[in-house]
Amino acid sequence: MDKSMVSILSNRQTKSMVEKVAAIILTACAIVSVIAVISITVYMFISGTPALFQVGITDILFSSVWTPTAEVPSYGILYVILTSIIGVFFAICIAVPIGILTAINLAEIAKPKIRGVVKSAIELLAGIPSVVYGLLGILIINPFMYQLELIIFKDSSTHQFTGGSNLISAILVLAIMILPTLINITETALQTVPDHYRKSSLALGASQMQTIFKVVLPAAKNGIMSAIVLGVGRAIGEAMAILLVAGNSVNLPLPFSSVRFLTTAIVSEMSYASGTHRDVLFTIGLVLFVFIICMNLILTFILKGGKDDG
Amino acid sequence: MGNKIVAEQLNLYYGEKHALKDVSLDIVENKITAFIGPSGCGKSTFLKTLNRMNDYVNNVKVSGSVLLDDENIYDSRVDTTILRKKVGMVFQQPNPFPMSIYDNIAYGPRIHGIKNKKQLDIIVEKSLKAAALYDEVADRLHSSALGLSGGQQQRLCIARCLAVEPEVILLDEPTSALDPISTLKIEELLMELKKKYTIAIVTHNMQQASRIADFTAFFLVGEMVEYGKTKDIFSLPQDKRTEDYITGRFG
Amino acid sequence: MDRSLYEKKNRFIDTVLNIFIQLSTFISVVLLIIIIGYICYRGIPYFSLDYLVNTTSILKNTIGILPNIVNTIYMIVVTLLIACPIGIGGAIYLNEYATNKKFVTMISFTTEVLAGIPSIIYGLFGMLFFGGVLKLDYSILTGALTLSIMILPIISRNAQIALQAVPKSYREAALGMGSTKWYMIRTVLLPSAIPGILTGVILAMGRIVAESAALLFTAGSLAVLPKNIFGHLFSSGGTLTIQLYLEMAKAHYDQAFVIALILIVIVLCLNFVAKWISRKFDVNKRG
Repeated sequence: MDKSMVSILSNRQTKSMVEKVAAIILTACAIVSVIAVISITVYMFISGTPALFQVGITDILFSSVWTPTAEVPSYGILYVILTSIIGVFFAICIAVPIGILTAINLAEIAKPKIRGVVKSAIELLAGIPSVVYGLLGILIINPFMYQLELIIFKDSSTHQFTGGSNLISAILVLAIMILPTLINITETALQTVPDHYRKSSLALGASQMQTIFKVVLPAAKNGIMSAIVLGVGRAIGEAMAILLVAGNSVNLPLPFSSVRFLTTAIVSEMSYASGTHRDVLFTIGLVLFVFIICMNLILTFILKGGKDDG
Repeated sequence: MGNKIVAEQLNLYYGEKHALKDVSLDIVENKITAFIGPSGCGKSTFLKTLNRMNDYVNNVKVSGSVLLDDENIYDSRVDTTILRKKVGMVFQQPNPFPMSIYDNIAYGPRIHGIKNKKQLDIIVEKSLKAAALYDEVADRLHSSALGLSGGQQQRLCIARCLAVEPEVILLDEPTSALDPISTLKIEELLMELKKKYTIAIVTHNMQQASRIADFTAFFLVGEMVEYGKTKDIFSLPQDKRTEDYITGRFG
Repeated sequence: MDRSLYEKKNRFIDTVLNIFIQLSTFISVVLLIIIIGYICYRGIPYFSLDYLVNTTSILKNTIGILPNIVNTIYMIVVTLLIACPIGIGGAIYLNEYATNKKFVTMISFTTEVLAGIPSIIYGLFGMLFFGGVLKLDYSILTGALTLSIMILPIISRNAQIALQAVPKSYREAALGMGSTKWYMIRTVLLPSAIPGILTGVILAMGRIVAESAALLFTAGSLAVLPKNIFGHLFSSGGTLTIQLYLEMAKAHYDQAFVIALILIVIVLCLNFVAKWISRKFDVNKRG
């Protein structure tokens, strides 16, 4: 009966050492995301603010003249900010109805087989690299836009022809790119709507469409709002897909003008910019970052509101 | 006093499973008919066939006929939305929509085309009064229905069902999730409602059936074993299995 | 009020809505078909094995993307080596150790924020911090470090979901037999959560392969074969996606489409594997 002699206190020290070290390491892992967010925030501000003071806040944010390499350089990014806002707004306007209706089909109507096919298609759309969207934008959407341009501005003497690289092309590419995000999150939101809402609506003599649009959609509105906010975030942060498609010159965002977004402004000039010019690019990064953080705060707010309801 | 619903030779399959076997049963107008039996006996399934809520279960197949005022509800020409307007249903769990009390009641009438605010006000008030809920919620019609107690929610669901002016009300164990006092209130309400409506109720509570039902049907593994006046079923059951069940020997 | 059941109500709006719903779905699917079809149409004719196993060199007059393939593999391996332990470890902490609710909320919030930050911002941060402050310059390591922050949310979120799905009884059984917590995690929890964790890792691989904006200013675009296995980490290296961008910017569309074709095939394979894993190991669905 040797075993009964083993003290329950034995080995306690080495064991608890392992336990303690494991706990510490795991905690450290968890903190990495906090550290990352803090350092990204700090670096975006450190690198983005100097130009604001050097050039002047109004001269950057509210001036529309962008001539960073001129003898007397001007660093106004108003048009760039406007382009991002307007571009994202219209991309959302196109993608939201299509995305929500497709999600409704997937979650409420489609038979399992069709659902499987559409789901796989959307997963694949989500996985396609953004440069590939850009490539297709240049070779499919731009030529089409050019044809339109030729027809519309046939008699115009002032229009600068862009070869189809314009705001509309960029909006279309963005709309396609955020579609999977919208569909997936909306579908999940619809699936979490309890089935008894549907049943009691149907039992009152409502048709399937009435049930979907009057009960299920309102019940899922928080989830749908999150989908839209995340979609906005994705669209505003997208760079490579629209870099060449949008034409990339700083202009007032008109449908058939070549335009530059916040993101594409950074990508297209970072490689050769220096001095104040480079600092201003970081300021653009900061503006973008602030947009994204606002989106996140809105999202948190929406999700919190949802919890209070239930 | 006529038969409101006549089910004839009703068979129902869930895939391979034969869930209802040759059920024939008449539901009498302005009476309460109770379906009793152990869990899984088919009583709820049968109830759902009466307004075709079974349509939403995968792989379900129904044969036989259910006549509502001499029209077969399984006829291919049937518009289920009209059917369900005539045959309303209240579920086991109180399930108000996540909307205000007012909007919950007004949902049905709006679906069926009533847009007029005054008309809706009248319907909401009438339905809430009929469901004996009006006095408790009159001052907060526009607050969320999810804030009500379980018993109140269930009466709200009954009021919601009444608002579309059905002819028949089906109730699927409406009190099983409620406390005794709320249960009593609902039972009183049903006794009141049968003056205007035809009521069918599924219950696993035999006392409840004996208290409120005029007729009772006993189901066992998909078969309807016995059907008759409640008094007779409980005092003089004809079938040995019914007797065993109501004397508590199984179930 | 006394309507026959047999007169069907005609709901014009329902029909219209249904048409719109079907149309939207159709658009989503057709978009994918057009995209894939066009890439195949433009990419396949120019696809050749030579292109895969050669290096682009003016001297030897060859073109090829072998260095980019090697760089992509480097990028995937190094990024996952950094991000997986951190992401999975963090998920274990949140699921098994954390007791302070505020701390958990803070970590989940920052994870959400990380998931929402666009890759161009990661690129800027990586260039400033890993490239500048840590003096790693344009290198595969800079790129991998940047990407590992970017994919951290994907890995930790999937790991967390997988850990949450492990039944409580497993934990109780192991702890009840006298196992210590860390031992229980190692021997019971992690093995049962592996399929879910793997799904996250594969999704993360997809992101790494597809990434361009975050790499442009961190890993750069050099396309040379490694001379030294570890030394290569410190040299600039462009992945396939970066190469695609360069070809596109130079209007070499044929080469761009060949790379696009390769990327699509990789994405397809990754999606397929992720699905296969979740189907094969999904205990809940089998039961």
